Order: sequence, then structure tokens, then C-alpha cells
Amino acid sequence: MEKKYWQSLEEYLEVKKGSNVENKEPMPEFSIEGLDESEVKGKSSRRDFLKMLGFSVSAVALVSSCQMPVRKAIPLLNQPEELTPGIPNYYASTFFDGNDYCSILVKTRENRPIKIEGNHMSPISKGGTSARVQASVLNLYDDARLKHPYKGETKTDWATIDKDVAANLSALSQGGKKVVLITSTIISPTTKKLIAEFTETYPNIEWVQYDAISFQAIRKAHLLNFGEAVIPTFAIDKAKIVVGFNADYLGTWLDPVAFSKQFAKNRKLFKGQTEMSRLYQYESQLSLTGSNADIRYGIKPSEEAIVLLNLYNEVAKATGFTTYNAPASPVDVKKAAKDLLKNKGKSLVVSGTNNLNIQLIVNAINNALGNYGNTLFVDSPMMLKQGDEDAMAKVVKEMNAGKVDGLLVYNVNPVYDYHDSIAFESGMKKVKFKVSFAETKDETALLCNYIAPDHNYLESWNDAEPIKGELSITQPAIRPIFDTRQFQQSLMQWAGISGDFSEYLENSWNEMLPLGKLDSENFNDIWNQAKHDGVYSMPEKDVTTVVTFTEQKLSAKAEKPANGLELVLYEKIAIGGGKYTNNPWLLEMPDPITTATWDNYVCVPVKYAEENNLKIEDVVKVNGEFDLPVIVQPGQPEGTVSIALGYGRTAAGKAGNGIGKNVFHLKDTTAVTIEKTGATYPLAVTQIHHTMEGRAIARETTLGEYKKDPLAGNEQHILDEKNNTTLYQKIDFDGIQWGMTIDLTACTGCANCVISCQAENNVAVIGKEQVKNRRIMHWMRIDRYYSAEEVNPDVYHMPVMCQHCDNAPCENVCPVAATNHSNEGLNQMAYNRCIGTRYCINNCPYKVRRFNWFEFSNNNKFDYNMNSELGKMVLNPDVVVRQRGVVEKCSLCVQRLQEKKLTAKMENRELRDGEVQTACSQSCPTDAISFGNLLDKNSQVSQNVTEGRMYHLLEHLHTLPSTSYLTKVKNREA
Amino acid sequence: MYNTRVRGVLIKGDKSYSDITHEILKPMNDRAPLWWWIAAFVATGALFWGVWGFYNTISTGIGTWGLNNNVAWGWAIINFVWWIGIGHAGTAFSIFLLIVRQKWRTSINRAAEAMTIFAVMAAGLFPLIHMGRIWDGIFIFPYWNTRGPLWDNFNSPLFWDVVAISTYLMASFVFWYIGMIPDFATIRERTSSKIKRKIYGALSFGWIGNAKGWLRFETAAILLGGMAAPLVVSVHSIVSMDFSVSVVPGWHTTIFPPYFVVGAIFSGFGMVLTLMIILRKVYKFKDIVTDGHLDAITRILVFVSLIMGTAYLTELFMAWYSGSEYELFTFMKNRVTGEYKFAYWTMITCNAIIPQLFWFKGIRKNITMVFIISIFINIGMWFERYVIVVTSLSKDFLPATWASYTPTITEISIFIGTIGLFLLGVLMFFRFVPTIAISEVKGVLKETTTNKSFTDE
Repeated sequence: MEKKYWQSLEEYLEVKKGSNVENKEPMPEFSIEGLDESEVKGKSSRRDFLKMLGFSVSAVALVSSCQMPVRKAIPLLNQPEELTPGIPNYYASTFFDGNDYCSILVKTRENRPIKIEGNHMSPISKGGTSARVQASVLNLYDDARLKHPYKGETKTDWATIDKDVAANLSALSQGGKKVVLITSTIISPTTKKLIAEFTETYPNIEWVQYDAISFQAIRKAHLLNFGEAVIPTFAIDKAKIVVGFNADYLGTWLDPVAFSKQFAKNRKLFKGQTEMSRLYQYESQLSLTGSNADIRYGIKPSEEAIVLLNLYNEVAKATGFTTYNAPASPVDVKKAAKDLLKNKGKSLVVSGTNNLNIQLIVNAINNALGNYGNTLFVDSPMMLKQGDEDAMAKVVKEMNAGKVDGLLVYNVNPVYDYHDSIAFESGMKKVKFKVSFAETKDETALLCNYIAPDHNYLESWNDAEPIKGELSITQPAIRPIFDTRQFQQSLMQWAGISGDFSEYLENSWNEMLPLGKLDSENFNDIWNQAKHDGVYSMPEKDVTTVVTFTEQKLSAKAEKPANGLELVLYEKIAIGGGKYTNNPWLLEMPDPITTATWDNYVCVPVKYAEENNLKIEDVVKVNGEFDLPVIVQPGQPEGTVSIALGYGRTAAGKAGNGIGKNVFHLKDTTAVTIEKTGATYPLAVTQIHHTMEGRAIARETTLGEYKKDPLAGNEQHILDEKNNTTLYQKIDFDGIQWGMTIDLTACTGCANCVISCQAENNVAVIGKEQVKNRRIMHWMRIDRYYSAEEVNPDVYHMPVMCQHCDNAPCENVCPVAATNHSNEGLNQMAYNRCIGTRYCINNCPYKVRRFNWFEFSNNNKFDYNMNSELGKMVLNPDVVVRQRGVVEKCSLCVQRLQEKKLTAKMENRELRDGEVQTACSQSCPTDAISFGNLLDKNSQVSQNVTEGRMYHLLEHLHTLPSTSYLTKVKNREA
Repeated sequence: MYNTRVRGVLIKGDKSYSDITHEILKPMNDRAPLWWWIAAFVATGALFWGVWGFYNTISTGIGTWGLNNNVAWGWAIINFVWWIGIGHAGTAFSIFLLIVRQKWRTSINRAAEAMTIFAVMAAGLFPLIHMGRIWDGIFIFPYWNTRGPLWDNFNSPLFWDVVAISTYLMASFVFWYIGMIPDFATIRERTSSKIKRKIYGALSFGWIGNAKGWLRFETAAILLGGMAAPLVVSVHSIVSMDFSVSVVPGWHTTIFPPYFVVGAIFSGFGMVLTLMIILRKVYKFKDIVTDGHLDAITRILVFVSLIMGTAYLTELFMAWYSGSEYELFTFMKNRVTGEYKFAYWTMITCNAIIPQLFWFKGIRKNITMVFIISIFINIGMWFERYVIVVTSLSKDFLPATWASYTPTITEISIFIGTIGLFLLGVLMFFRFVPTIAISEVKGVLKETTTNKSFTDE
């Protein structure tokens, strides 16, 4: 008998049992047509013998020899029309989590969503995504998701929930008791309509929108200035000069994906294009935007109003507006003012500080420059971030006063992220009837009597209107995995509205669309098209209201220097405000600035650290309250420290619980003290050396130099080209030579590509300890270098993945030829052949090869998505999950190349440029990555490599990479 | 033919043939002394710890080591090269000195060859355990398969490593074994134990000591020596190519093959010195392995040490002369003055400076000093490999990828385990095989009796 293979003890016992039975039982009876039993049994002919042999061999083989356990699968009796096994389907949908909006395509394989792509039809996100959007597909397969409704601690069914909730709601309604519905910002017009109907049914319900990170000041300022409490729409692409004040609009602020797209539009120096925008950034921590700014100033939070008012005065002087007394600015504003005045109507000033006074000054500057109507628009405002602080504060007060008797919580977690969470929690305890719609048992849901778990957004129908008049649709890409129900459906149920929410949505659109004014009279056509495209623009904005600006009095006080260090709280690029703290992809994503993973820390300025003898990993006590490790951060302004929000969750799930500290309660604290404790705490950073050592790695120049000579900053390239010589023949590629270009001027380092690659290529999550051991598995990493002075460094983000060298050092040294070159220029890995000598890793000058140090799947020591039956559903079936002991690396998404080549072949045509996109290039929010065929002279990459800015990383080593970089051009004088 | 009068006395004490046989076989016939048992116990313990390291590595993964995605080679490769270097002594001794007819080698070659065998065995374990998928290790051999053109990569030095080491191990073993045939026959004749007679009888291949046999024996030795001589050069040259064909700064250098071979001979002789001093002490072989022998080895060492020093200086010079910023960084900043300066200067001190003390006759004659210096050489050569492997990898081209490396307990246990294996092998060798080639020593015994010892001036 052949050897048995088993994967778990249970399975072993089962197999053992099975084979024992097989051994004991006599050969099964069988009959052959035309022969009677005795004939069969009595004398066996040679044919019978062969039949018996065949049967017994296959029976034994079936029972005992399969390496994989036999899994029962039910074939589809009627195969759905659109489903072909092995062929992905894409559905246009919308990502909105209460904070961020993105129009997306959901890639499904065999009816499972496995990847999010950007939707290029969207006029807002234009095909871009963010790391969080990319990682959101993993949330669908989170083990922490609730699998059924709860009544208290116990499992219940929907009928009970409906009965109880409806009874409670009507009782409260009849008693005239107050019930509060707290939701995140709702941008869905249909949901808003539904909530309106719901509150009509139960008039005692007050609806409050709550944002953990509030934008109220912007809306209030616009209310004072324009009479409308709106967040304007920004058009960064129309601004030649953008001056940001603590607004990380490329990273986390408001709508970073759209802003990145707009930013990139003015940073493309191709084909003789020599104009680009200039970014000024005044900020109190080194943000992603600051790291990409052409000119950056470090200021303290308390100085922001002063700097702004000085800037305003400079502008007002020249434009004839009222000037105000202001203390002297600690940093230069004249330069920015000069640039702004030169570009009236083509500039933009934004501030991310939630302070009315500051926002009024910002509005006044924009108004003085005539930017309203040109680069920011109040007539088609943004619908994001509608949270009302005052209403929320009132609710908390009323709850504590015992005036609230019912609470419905949807998509928010104020017990964790409300700045006075203690008050909220104590108030909540006084509320008798509490329902949560949370997808996971979060901190707030834990305190509720009922949990009516919502669908994941990939299981939901919905719509969205992120900007007035720009609609988009969320549609389910999978049947609900668990016994959950969409929030909207629950509301309909309780409000006694019959039917399905999808029908409700369709009806709502039918009513909403101004059908009379449309070309097509047929709603179904529009509806189907909208579902296909995922987006729909209202044919015409109602009217262009004449916007009149009402001036407000502005002021800025020089505040007494605060006691201690001024505190800056910020959102992480990866996990945001805490919603994604259980997402292992995002937890393991290196922060674009600090490169830290898996943890929360205090960023302290370099000088302060020197004076106080602090270094990375030293633990400090913040405000005498909690301990956090330190990262010494270049660019952190003197007298400030910054701490990220979103950590310190206690009920996030197994990956996110207990990481870091929650600092939401410090939101109104301006200054903190920090005190060295003497302890150390390990931090898993992926980069420990921060300068380029004078090597020509990320090459840069200024716009002025570039205008004079496109080769500026890239002189080394000419020299290397000249010195390039070889004894060997050039490889002849037939038809296709894949190539990639990465534009360092456009790349912001947002790490969207890192997560996109991880999702596409089944890259393992390895946990903090192994990241600390410098074993991160990401195929794509973003190197970050600093130059110039440490107080305010120049920052370089450089995505590095396998360069697919035509003269690859790794290929020569592999003893078993496991890594070799394809005739399309790919440096490919045959995992099955690899024996793990790791010589290739050593010999790769780019250090992009990754070794499977452990078995990262099905291993309890690496209890992330690959160790969970549910989590494994996110895996891309086109990409093998690598075994322990083999080397892996970027394949340029070879599975995508093969798929599209096959499509082209079946359609009997050449591949079109841009048809094949790698995971990283597809959703790059700044289109910094281009991919295509280098042999096709008209392709985007072929055009790009003819640019003067083009160079290869470490090209003097004569590795002949297929990947090229384009120098970083900063728009500044010298 | 065996006129060695120029050299003087090789064997002291005016011994007869029978004395020689008796003295050399005495340790085999006596009961094993207490120190032997203690040493064997310790070595077995170390070996078992190493087995644990093996088990841990194979069952859990290379992740149990301290390596990372930037420093993908560490202690395993360092120790591999170190052991291979030590394994050079035997062949260098026996074969080179045989070919150049240095008869003083006869007292030492058997032990040196045994050392070679065990050192190469210890070395050979590292490439095995170092593989990520040891269970697929067979892929390294060029066997015919059904995978079409997927064969071995003959450009890769790792493939040639396997070829060179297995050839070397086999050749060394055959050479060693053939040299032992007459001695096995001697034991067969002398022993009173029936079992021993059977075993040694079989091992001696029916050697009867006739003239024809001796003629064949001598010829075979010379022929095998001639064939094996290139291996001394080839093995470590190929090992050095593991480094020199790469692009890594500090590795990518043409000086490596000769530098490694010389280094190997250096460390091999160092280890021979260490072992012979112990051997002659515990088994009272001072008449056979005389001070003169040790003196001869130290003279070789002082010369080889000079070559090592020259090689180190050449590397520095080439780093400067190349003008390559990476080379300059690796040598000047990282090794000479940087994070790894301790390892670098340990290497320089132990290999290029301390052995220079052998210029002084007083130190050459002081066996304790010689022993201590030989230990320094062993340590220095280990650090040389550490400097090469770790410093180059930890800080190479892109500063963003720079990482440091510290070995884990698993790696240390595997190293200790191979030391255990080596020691156990040596101890077994002490017990069951004549540690000095009886027949060959007898060959140089008589002609030289009237002269002074060969190095006494």
C-alpha cells in the first residue's frame, strides 16, 4: 500500500479509519452486465482479473494514496451564464467606509472577490486606489466578522432581532422617548432617503452623523463665508501653486486618491512638457504630502494661524483686502505669497486643521486670490465628512443625563474613537436599548444589547454621491458569506418598508434621475449602464449659484509657549483612524515615512532626541499616562511630537488587539510631556539606514535645471551608457520585451502598489517579529531616503521590485537553474525547482528576492489570513502559495501577462498597449508606474525610456534591467 | 632513494622497528584512558546538540537562523568555508610533501589526512542543512530527468562546489585508506582478538608485505598523490568562486582563488599543529613527532602568514585603486573602520600579525606558545570568513536594504555539533586506527640514526 499523507491529526485519524475499513472489508460485490454472479465469482477469466485488479488498485489508491484529502465539491447543475471557471469577472462598485471614497472594480474568481482594481471610468478616483481600498477585500474574509446577529452575548436569529427591535422602537416612539441613530458620514442619497423615511416612522429618532476625525471647521467657515456649510470640491490639477497647512492631502486628508490623481496631472514631465505645479507645505510633522512638497516648512501647531495670517496679509496687501495685525511669522511666507499672487485663480491654499479661525483665514486667502470657482468649488461641494461635532457632543451630554433611551450605531465606533470616550461609554451605559450594526464586535458593539451585523460592502447594494452630482453604485460581488443583513435592509424591515433594498435603490434612482432631461428615456438603460460603469454623472448641475463671499474678521494670537511639547495626532496612511486595525496587510505595510510596521510610536525631533538622549525603540511615558516607543523623525519640527491615531484597539480582532496605544482622547490636548523610562520596546522598521551615502540611487534635479537640460541630475546615466560594454551577445527578443518605468517625480510613496501586489500575488503576512528580523515578504517595497539637513530633509520615495535584468546576477548563480530568463525578458522563478540555496538573494544588488523562512500558510505561528479557511478565500488562484524554503520575488504579474496574451491570441490580434497592467501599475493613483512592451515603439513605456530623465537603478553594474526610473524633479530654485 | 642525510634525524630515541610498531599501536591496545572517555562524552554531547539544531532547522525552517532577506548567508557558510579550509591540511601535507619528497611528513600525514576527512565531512553538512528544501537536494545533481531542458546550471559555482567537495572527500578518503593498508595488516598480525583479526584482516585487503605489494603500494601512493594534488587547489578555488563570481562588493574580486587556497593551507596547518601538539602529548609520541616537526610547520606558517597579510593589503589596495565607491565603502568604511572593525582587526591580528612571532626561535621552541598561536590562527581564519560573508552582505549597494545579522542558538548549535562530530571522529581515529603511519615511519627510521635531528642547528 502506498504511503499516506496527512495534514492534521484529525485527518490522519480519518484516513487511518478509512483505510482500516478498506482493509477489513471483503472486495465489494459487483456485477457485470450479461454475466451472472456465479459466473463472475466462480471462474475468473483474464479479463476479470484485469478488471478486479483495476478496481482494487483504484479503490486503494482512492482511499489511501491521495496527497490531498478528498474534498467534496458539488458541480453546478446549471452553470451561470457569466461564470466560467478560471476566468475572472469584474464588477464595478464603490468603496466607501465612512471616510474614504473610491470607485472600484471588484475582480471575482469563481464568485469570490479576490482583488480590488481602480475604476478608470470614475471622474473622481480615475482608476486610482489607496492601500486601504486595496486591503479592504481582506476585511470581507476577516475571521472577526460577525457570523450572525446577537442578542446580548448570545446568538440569535433575525426574526427575534426584528421582533425585539421593532417592539422596542415602537414602544419608545409611543412613549416619546428619545432615540439616537449615530452613523458615519452617509454619502448615499438612497440611504439618506431611507433614513428620512425611517425617522418619519419613528419621529423620536434623531439622526447624528459622526466622524472620528472631524472636518466641521471647514464647513462652519464656509457657512460664515458663503452661507452654506459645505466642504468645497478641490481641483488640485488646476492649481499651479498649492500651499498646504497640516493637510496631508496625498496621504489621508479628505479624498487622497482623487487628490493624488490631480496632483500627478501637473507633475508629468514628458515629451518636452516643462511646466509643473509647485507644492508648499507648512506642517507640524513629516507627512506624505510634506515629503513630496517642493518647499516645506516645519511649524508648530500653535504657529499655524500666525503663519496663515501673515500669508493672508501678504496676499491682502497686494489684492486690496483688509489686513490684520499678526505676530511675526516664524517661517518665511513671502516666497509662497509671491508665488500665489503670480498665480491668482490658479492656486490653492488648504488646511487640515479642524479650527474655525484657521479655516476662515484659509478661505479669505483663497477668496483674495480669486480661487473660488477656479480651483475650489462651493457649488458642487464634497459630500464626505458630514460629521457634526456639536450634535454628537449634545448626544453624549443627553445620554449622560439619562435623556436618551435608545441608541442605534452604524459604522462608527465612538467608544473607541470619540475624544471623550469615557463620557460616551458612561452615557451609553445609561441607555437601555442599544443596537449596533457593526460588522465585527467592536468596542461599541460590545456595549449594545443587540447586534444586527451589516454586510461587508462587497456583499451590499448601495450608492454614493461623494461630490454633488457625481453618483456611483455599490453592488454585491458575492452572496453574503454569513448570516448578516445590510444596515439599510434592517432599517427597511423595522420601518415596515417591504421589499429588498436593491429594489429600493433602483426605485430611488428612478425617482432621482431627471429623466425628462436625459437623452435616453429608458431608465433601465441608464440603470444598467450605471451598474456597468459603476459611476454616473448627473447630466447637468442644477444652477451655478452666484457665490458671494462674506468677509469675516480674522485674528491670530501668539500663544504662550505651551508647557512641554506640542502634540500632533495624525492618521496612518495604512490603517487610518482605526477601522483597519485588524487588517494584517495594512498592519504590516511599512509606513511611507518611518517604514515602521505593526506598531504605534512617538515621533520626536532629531534635536530633542539628541538633547534628551533618546533613540529609536526607547520607551517614553507620555503625559505620565502611557508608554510608547520613540522614533527619531527627521523633519519633525522642534518642540513637537506626533503620535498616530488608530491603535490601541481592544476589540478589533486577533491581529489588531493590543497594538500600540489609543490617543483619541488627546485630541484636544495641545501639549504633552514625555519622559524617558529607560525601557526599550522592539519596533519593526523595514529600513534602518536613511541616506543614499552619496550614491546615485534616487536621482533628482530642479525644474530650472531640467528646463535647461532634460538630462539634468542624470549625467551619470550618459557616463554609464558610454562605459557599457560586453563580450556577450545582446538577447534577441521576439515580439515582446516587457518593461516598466517608474516616474519618481509622480510617485508619492503612498504604498498602494505594495498592498495591490500583496493581494494579487498572495504575498504572505509574517508578523512583527519576522519583520523586525528584516524578512518582510513584500515583492514591492518603497525605499525612502533623506537628504539635506535633518531638521527639514528632502525625502525620496523609490519603489523597488525585481528589475528583471537581462543580465541578471541571480540567474547565473542558481545551481539548479530555478531562476531563469524568459524570451519575453522576464526573470522568472520556478518555485518547484528551487532548493533554497539563497545565492540569488545575495547576488541581487537590488535585494528584491524574498525567502520563505518558514511555512507561512497553514501555520499557527503565523496566524494571519493564510492560516484561516475564511482568510484563504482571498488568495488569487492564479498564483501559487509558496512553500517553505523557496525564494520568491516580483514576477511582473506573469499570470496577468499570460491571461491577456491568451485573450489576444484567441481574438487573433496583437496585444494592445496598456491592455496588460501589473497590479502595481493598474491602480497607481499618480500613474507613476507604466508597464508595457519595450519592443512596441509606440507603447507608453517605449516613449518613457526615450526621456532624458530615464535611468536604470545601479546601471553601472551592467545588469541591464527592464525597469527604468525617471529622475525626480523638484519645482524649486536650486 | 630515501637518502635524507641532509635533513638529519627524523625519528629520535634510537628506536628499533619493533619499538615503532609497539609505540604507535600502544594507544589502540591499551584501555581507553579517562580523558578519552570524557572527551568522547563531551563530543557526543556537542554532536547531539548539533542534531537538535539540524532537527530544528529541517522541521521548522531556515527562519530559525538569524539570516534575513539581505544577509542570506551567515554562520553556515562561514563554518562551511572554515571547515573546508581546515580540511586542506591533509592533502597539502601528504600530497605536496610526498611529491616534493619531504620525508618528515611521514610522522604527521596520517593524522593530517584523518583530520581532512572529518573536517570535510563536517563541512559537507553545511551546504546540506543550508538548503531551504533539503528534501529536494537531489536537484543539485545532473541526473537525467523528464523536465526537458531544466538541468543543472553549469555556470553556478554552487554546482561545482558540490562536485569539488564530493571529489575531494572521495579522493582524500581513498588516499588515506590506501596508506593505512600495511598498518592494518600489522594490526591483523599482532592482535590476539579474533574479531579484531577478522576486521583488520578485511580492512587490509590481504596485504602480505611482499616486494610486489610494496612496489604497487608505492606506485599507487604516488599516482593517487599526483591525481589528488590539483584538488588541493581546485576545492578552495571553487569555494572562493562562490564569492568571487558574484557582484557583491568585497566578494567580486579575482584575488579570491589563490587567496582562499593559501588561507585554507594556513588554517589547515594551524589545525594540524593544534592536533599534533595534543597527540604527541597524550600519546607520548614526542620521539616520532619531534620538536623538529613542529618547527617545520611553524616555518611554513610564518611564510603563509606573510602571504595572507599581502592578500589583505592587496584587497585594500584594489578597493582604492578600483575607484569603485562600493568597494571603498565595504573595505574602508565597513571593515576597517566601521561596524565590523572588531572582526576585521581580529582577522588581521590573528592571521597576519601574531604568526609573525614564529620568526623567533624562542617562540618556535616553546610548545605552549606554538599551541596558543595555532589556536589564534584557527580563530583568525574563522573571522576571515565572517568578515567576507557578513560585512559584504550586510551593507551592499542600496543603503535602504542594509541589515545586520546575528546568529541564533540554532546556528550556534549546528556549529558546535560539527565540532563535536569532528572531535568524535578524531577520537575514534585515535582508538581504532594507527595515528601515525607505521610503515612509512619505518621507512625513514634507519638511514638517519647517526645524524642530529633534522632541524637542530
